[in-house]
Formats: sequence, structure tokens, C-alpha cells
Amino acid sequence: MEIVPLGDSAVIVRVREQFEDAPEETLDGVVRTFRHLRNAAIPGVIELAPAYTSVAVFFDPVAVTKESAKGGDAFDWLAERIRAVVAAGADRGRRVRTTRSDVRLVEIPVCYDPEFAPDLDEVARHAQISTKEVVDLHSTTEYRVACIGFVPGFPFLAGLPKKLATPRRDVPRKEIPAGSVGVGGAQTGIYPLRSPGGWNLIGRTPLRLFDPTKNPPALLQAGDRVRFRAITRQEFEALKR
Amino acid sequence: MKMIVTRGGFLTSVQDLGRTGFREFGVSLGGALDPFALRVANLLVDNDEGAAGLEITFGGLQLHFADERAVAWCGGEFDVQIESMPLPAGHAARLQAGEELKFGRPQIGCRCWLAISSGVDVPVVLGSRSTDLRANFGGFHGRALRDGDELALGEFRRSQTAAIEGISSWTAPYDWVSPAKRGPTLRFVRGVDWSQFDDLTIERFTSEPFAVSPDSDRMGARFEGPELKRKSNVDLVSEAVAPGTIQVPPSGKPILLLGDCQTIGGYPKIAYVITLDLSMAAQLRAGDHVRFSEVSLADAHQLLLERERELERFRIGLSLHVS
Repeated sequence: MEIVPLGDSAVIVRVREQFEDAPEETLDGVVRTFRHLRNAAIPGVIELAPAYTSVAVFFDPVAVTKESAKGGDAFDWLAERIRAVVAAGADRGRRVRTTRSDVRLVEIPVCYDPEFAPDLDEVARHAQISTKEVVDLHSTTEYRVACIGFVPGFPFLAGLPKKLATPRRDVPRKEIPAGSVGVGGAQTGIYPLRSPGGWNLIGRTPLRLFDPTKNPPALLQAGDRVRFRAITRQEFEALKR
Repeated sequence: MKMIVTRGGFLTSVQDLGRTGFREFGVSLGGALDPFALRVANLLVDNDEGAAGLEITFGGLQLHFADERAVAWCGGEFDVQIESMPLPAGHAARLQAGEELKFGRPQIGCRCWLAISSGVDVPVVLGSRSTDLRANFGGFHGRALRDGDELALGEFRRSQTAAIEGISSWTAPYDWVSPAKRGPTLRFVRGVDWSQFDDLTIERFTSEPFAVSPDSDRMGARFEGPELKRKSNVDLVSEAVAPGTIQVPPSGKPILLLGDCQTIGGYPKIAYVITLDLSMAAQLRAGDHVRFSEVSLADAHQLLLERERELERFRIGLSLHVS
């Protein structure tokens, strides 16, 4: 585990170097570290942000410097506290076995109707399979949320079948409707809000992925398991209501 | 207990000190791009430091107040008037019911922050009154202000205006209330990917000026200048970024992230501008030239700590005037 500064008000805790070689193990490690740090509530820490291989810890340098008084360095003090929290968590983890069912599974209905899927043909052409096969592959795979970002509530999903990996569009679209499901390189994701974007669009969900009036405001969080369920246009309209 | 936006100006939005606690869900910090300026402006009108005020970009804003209020502003070099009386940065002023407050175009810098006694009363969304202009929530209906908008203000407290005759004699330190510079030097600490750039690139980064591109906004200031090339083109794993992060996309043109930046990014991070200098960074406009100069992390923390001490002294000094 490596702890490096992210400016003067945050540090990045790197749980592993790589992601792609062991996504499941890495994500489990990141989510565990995130939870340990959240539960520890280290004084001066404001918030945490997990992503792929790391957890960022945002802090108030003035508050941390006060905590680390007696001439101590704020960064060193915080890094030491983080190491202690993670080590204690790892100790408890050895005694209490976590299982796969501890990670929640979220099912997301997706309508792959051509109207919602302007790039389905392109993804099929790239994979050299039929559009139906693309839909079948995409909707029978289990994914995991590697992180939430880009815009509020946007899940970057790991686990896309290699066959479906498709390069991003050369020219990003200026506007993509909320709920659009896309493929960008080796990842798949869902646009929670109307926004610009360069991913290939292959479907749309009627669910709201980000709602600022709710807490938590996002449907998904890092570490979640995700499955897509193919739905008809009628089901889409019914669920949308 | 309201104010009417006679003219919305170029880009005006309700902002406080930002939205924390939801970064894990991709929610940006947002808030005033120079939170320190808003804190000082709020203190000048006897508000809580974190009260919601207005962030005014490039001026053009005109406000009409329905009741008596104290106001103060800090930021770029703007020409601000109450009716026809000039209101300099960093002074509190008492506005009578029915008076107009006008913001002209800035001479230097591009943004300023207006504090109004008792604050702008918009609903708290996810712990903040800030407007998230990208995701369109918070603030006033999740958008920039327009001509004719009517904004509620917090409850009037006579104690906030009673001590002020016209314009206050007291003020805050000049560099707090007017941080904009034409050719600022921004101090930075090394980024995690510093070693991915060769000596020549580092030499350029730390010695040559970079011009601010017109393509800059609340998400980030983009620069034109010597190309910054990484030694290798291997993709990096995306991880957290924050206001102050200087990332270098494959174009070699650095981007300094500001308050509305996304929460994660995959570009190499060459450096981070220190929190103290985000006040100058928030003033950058197209054509300005910027230089970067390195400081240690310990120094960055020390500088911040010293300023907080000065702010504490200022707060105590103010309480002698105001209450």
C-alpha cells in the first residue's frame, strides 16, 4: 500500500498498482479500505473517494495540523493514521470472513430498442457478431462498479466481455439522453444526466441513476455488482412512469 | 426579504463553500472558486463564513434590494456601484431598501464574490446551497441567474447593518480582497506523476510562461505554451483529482482543475497548485500569463496555517467594529 499526496488537502491511498490483472480482488480491497477509513472517522478528514485501485482521502490541512501538533508534519501524521486504520481493518478481516453476498447486486433494466441504440450496429460490426448477440452478451454478464465519476452518478463498469470492447467515437456527441447505456473501450457505463459523451450507445434504462433529492443521491456505488436485464419498449415506458 | 436580479450578467450563480461528502458518488466540490474570498466577504457583513453568496463572472450583474442589507465583495478588479456611489472591494456597505447594486466589467481578473447580510436563502441540496452548473441542481433552480429572477434572502438582522454608515471604514488585507494579478506566479507541490516527465519538460514547466486559453471555465483553466511531453504513453489508472490538480493530457497542454472539476481523472498529474494560490487561479482569464514555482508540501501547509491565524485575528478585530 502506497500513500501519496494529492495536493495539500488530500492524499491517495493506493491499494494495488494495477487494476486489469485482478479487478475483483482489487475492488474488494478498495471497498474494504474505503469502509475501514469511513468507519474510523480520522479527525480532520472530510470525505473519501474510491476509484479502481485507490481511495482518496480529503482533509482539512488546518485541522490535521492541529491534531498533529508538537511540530509534526500533517502529511506524515495522516499517512500514519491511515496505515494504522487499514492494518487494524485487515486484522479484523482475517477473523471475519467476508463473502461474495456482502457485495450487493443491482439489476438494471435496459431497453436495447434501435431508437435508444444508435451505435449497436457499430459495436456488432466491430465484434463481428449480430446485434442480438451483442445484446445477449451485454445483458447476461455480471459487472462491477469500478468507480463513480465523470458526472454525478456515472458508473464505470468493469467486466465487459472482451468481444464487446469498442473504441470511443472519434467525435463525441454533444448531447446524450439521461439513462443511455454505452460502451467505451473495455468498459460499459450509464449516463445519469443529459451530457456530452464519446461512448457507443447501445440501450437506455428507465431508472434514475442520480437524484440529488435523495441520500445517497446515486443508485450505484463503487464495488456494487451489476446485471442488465433486457426489457421491451413497453416495459421501458411502464417503468419510466 | 428578497432581491431582484435586474440583470443577470455574463454568468452569475449562487455559491457557498462547496459540497462535501458526496465525492464518492461523483459529485463535484463546486462552490465559490475562491472560497477564501467568499469567507472574507461574509465576515465583513457579519455572516457565517459559509453563508451562500453570489459568484459573479465578468460582471454585468444588477441587483435591486427590497429591504435594507449589508453587502461586501472580494475578487477581481471590478467597478461596483451602489446607485452611483463606488463600492471598493473589501468594504461593507449598507444598502437601503430599493437601492441598486451594479457590477461593471473587470479590469483585472474575471470573478468576484458578493456576500449579503444573512445570505442567499436557497434550499440546501446535498448539504450545500451551491449551484452545480454541470449537473443542474442546487443554488437557484440549478442554473445561472437570469434577468428578473427573485431570490429570497435570510432573515434581516439589524445588528448586521447598524454599525455601518454608508461604506465601512474597516477593510480586510488588500491581497485577500483583491487577489487578481495580470501575470501571477502560482506555487505548486509536485504531482504523483512528476517523475514521468523528463528534465527538459520540468525545466519548461517551472521556467516558462503559460497563456490561459479562452477554452477555460469553472471546471478548469487550460493553457497554451511549451508542450509538456510524458516519457511514456502508457495509460494510467483513473484516480481522484481535485481543484488545484494540474493534469497533462496527450496534447501536452496542461489543464489546471478548478472547483467544478470532475471527481476522477486518468491524465498524468504533474503538479498541484497549493490551496492558498487557488485565489489567484480563480481569476485567470484568456490571455493572462502564468508561471509555476515549486514549494514543499510542508511549506504549503505552513502558509495555510499562517493565513488561518491571520484570519482569526481579523475575525476578532472585526467583532470590535460590527457587534
